[in-house]
Amino acid sequence: MSDSKVDRRDFIKTTVVGGAAAASAAGAVTLHEAQAQTENEPVQPATTSAAGYSFLNLEEAAFVEALVDHMIPADQFTPRGTDVGVNIFIDRALAGAWGKGDRLYRSGPWREGVPAQGYQLPLTPSELYREGIQLTNAHCNMTYGRSFDRLEAAQREEVLIALSSQKVDFGSESIAREFWNILYQTVMEGMFSDPIYGGNRNKVGWRMIGFPGVIGFNREHVKNYLDRELPGEPISIEDMS
Amino acid sequence: MVTRLPEVDVVIVGMGWAGGILSKELAEAGLRVVGLERGQMRKPGLDYGVPAIRDELRYRSRLDLMQDVARDTITIRNNPSQEALPMRRLGSFLPGEGVGGTAIHWSGHTWRWTDMEFKIRSYYEDRYGRDFIPNDMTVQDWGITYDELEPYYEHFERIAAVSGKAGNLRGEIQEGGNPFEAPRQNEYSLPALSPILSNIKFTEAAQNLGYHPFPRPSANASVAYTNPDGVNYGACQYCGYCQRFGCEANAKGSPHVAVIPLAMQSPNFELRTQAWASKVLKDSDGTRVTGVAYTDLMTGEEYEQPAGIVILAAYAINNVHLMLLSEIGEPYDPVTQTGIIGKNYSYQCNRATVLFFEGSKFNPFINAGGSYATFDDFNTNLDFDREPHDFVGGYTMAGGFNTYLPIGWRPVPNGTPRWGTAWKAATASGFQSAMRINATGSVMSNRYNYYDLDSTYQNALGQPLMRMTFDYQENEHKLLAHSARIMNEMAASMNPTIVNPATEGTTPWSVVPYQSTHNTGGAIMGTSPDTSAVNKYLQNWDYHNLFVVGANVYPHNAAYNPTGPLGALTYWTADAIKNRYINNPGSLL
Repeated sequence: MSDSKVDRRDFIKTTVVGGAAAASAAGAVTLHEAQAQTENEPVQPATTSAAGYSFLNLEEAAFVEALVDHMIPADQFTPRGTDVGVNIFIDRALAGAWGKGDRLYRSGPWREGVPAQGYQLPLTPSELYREGIQLTNAHCNMTYGRSFDRLEAAQREEVLIALSSQKVDFGSESIAREFWNILYQTVMEGMFSDPIYGGNRNKVGWRMIGFPGVIGFNREHVKNYLDRELPGEPISIEDMS
Repeated sequence: MVTRLPEVDVVIVGMGWAGGILSKELAEAGLRVVGLERGQMRKPGLDYGVPAIRDELRYRSRLDLMQDVARDTITIRNNPSQEALPMRRLGSFLPGEGVGGTAIHWSGHTWRWTDMEFKIRSYYEDRYGRDFIPNDMTVQDWGITYDELEPYYEHFERIAAVSGKAGNLRGEIQEGGNPFEAPRQNEYSLPALSPILSNIKFTEAAQNLGYHPFPRPSANASVAYTNPDGVNYGACQYCGYCQRFGCEANAKGSPHVAVIPLAMQSPNFELRTQAWASKVLKDSDGTRVTGVAYTDLMTGEEYEQPAGIVILAAYAINNVHLMLLSEIGEPYDPVTQTGIIGKNYSYQCNRATVLFFEGSKFNPFINAGGSYATFDDFNTNLDFDREPHDFVGGYTMAGGFNTYLPIGWRPVPNGTPRWGTAWKAATASGFQSAMRINATGSVMSNRYNYYDLDSTYQNALGQPLMRMTFDYQENEHKLLAHSARIMNEMAASMNPTIVNPATEGTTPWSVVPYQSTHNTGGAIMGTSPDTSAVNKYLQNWDYHNLFVVGANVYPHNAAYNPTGPLGALTYWTADAIKNRYINNPGSLL
């Protein structure tokens, strides 16, 4: 590890060792205090901004965090991808039914086919993600001598342009194409789906474009807001539940 | 171990519009009816309620209301020289599953197809000569006329709460409607939907160029409404979550609102959900079908449901699949051009352009399923001379929005980076400032577009999957090139800040991007058993007690969406069964 800066994976490993202490510090109530509180009011759940992953391993998490922060940088429009929860969205999507192949016909035999025949890989989305990250990091290691998450911004940009135009050699055109498809799809979903899935935190994706969210009683608006901006805050499923 | 159940009068496979209408009509006529639906029961108030239904990820991206292709799909290829591979994910089209079928999540566009379609071969041959239709274009007359269907169109429009503006009342052209439609006896029950900005801009531009725009007729109740059967509809809220969603406001004409609840009130009707029909049963002498075999998806148990009348009313693709699996009729062979079942599979084609108007507020999240201003100058317009353009058929052109939500609709000018701050800047501005114009075109049937059974891949019941062989032909490429030119002229006339023009280029049909859930043909209607699977009453030529009701009976596909004629044909067939067949079982011709 030639990088002199503290690496996120090292940082995570460190905090995992000190996990209990870190958790209680974040939680900010002791057992004694909690017991005392129950007599008066319920204990409020501790809120934490730490990324707890249910699918991604350390290497994959580092890749996804670097990816979403590069594709969605902090700027005048939104906070960066990890602060919007796009990494969390991706982790949950891959851990859940969709990631495990729900609504995907999985019987063989498997053939490459032509692009017009669509997805033909034996892989579930979570398997494809895992393989694709390894292949991308192998490409980065070969080209730049380090994994994607440790590249400079300009190098990450080069990698993403290569991925998006299928200029990387993954040994299979299908894997290269489908990995980029799923990567791009999930980043966009994490940016614009309802916050109930872990991304689009604070509805920043919706705020950025002016999407009002789940509210949809527009019967009067259709006339009253013709060529006019609809005022108000976006509403999410949680807001109405 | 197969359990044979007591015989009933009618067994119906599938519980969408066709199955729902027939269940209600036949049960009310006194017949004992069993409905088999592969999907689950859904309760509109619980399953389509706010806020849970307003979930783009679940319903639009993950397709929660659609057929589960993990257990049953089709194989696909562009031409007979390719190896067909399974459609492992839904994409190009989205058949529904569950009580209500595809009509849970449809948008409601309800058209009256005219004699231009029903007499297509006669019309083109009379006008342009026999050589105008290419040899491999297997279009044929349907054996039915607009005049026969007109009252049934009207009835379906009233049942399904279609909102619109008549353009031709008994031959008198009406201001504000479609002047190219066939004569209607009566005005729509509900006024047209309120226009949105993209409709208004499109209408102005079309009028300036001499076209004849009108509001699209759609089964989205523009006002609260009670239909002739006493069913109450709420008023459409323009919620922007129509296509791929169930309707929270009960404003979308749907069988689970309009007909299935009425069928269920009848003691003659029994609905079995989680019941996957696997085969039509036949008697030994080949003159009658005897019932349907199905698998109960809660237990895995297999049953046979004997019935005096069998009605296939599943999604168009699945009806044809059941015919092939049951060995009803001769499978079609494109080499010898013999056989019937699987023939004339057709689809639709389309082109689109995106226009950016800096400073405009299109509010793409405020719309009904039918929020399209449309013109038919290149579709049902008899004065549009096809000869110089050398294509059969036509296309509608429209400007509007229907369910443009942010995972799926993030318009940016061509050439914009796909991530980073520049992408965000363009996305932030494009969402409100962009509108879209699209053309939807007919697809003529062709010798090499067809279905048969796949010899490699199987569904969860261990049956061969259906194999679809399909591509756009020269006719469609010419039609699309014409539509792209007209569309780009339209766009330029509107002086947008930026435009992503429609492309004239030709590409093979791909299963990946969503295009149209309007799959037609495969078990087609016609005037003779030599050229069709069913007669004009959708009655099978070989087995007179088998009716096949779905867009699979259309011998070709039009630019208009198929549900209008499907609703009309279903009521027409219901009348034929109730008023004639049950008194005198046999061929209705």
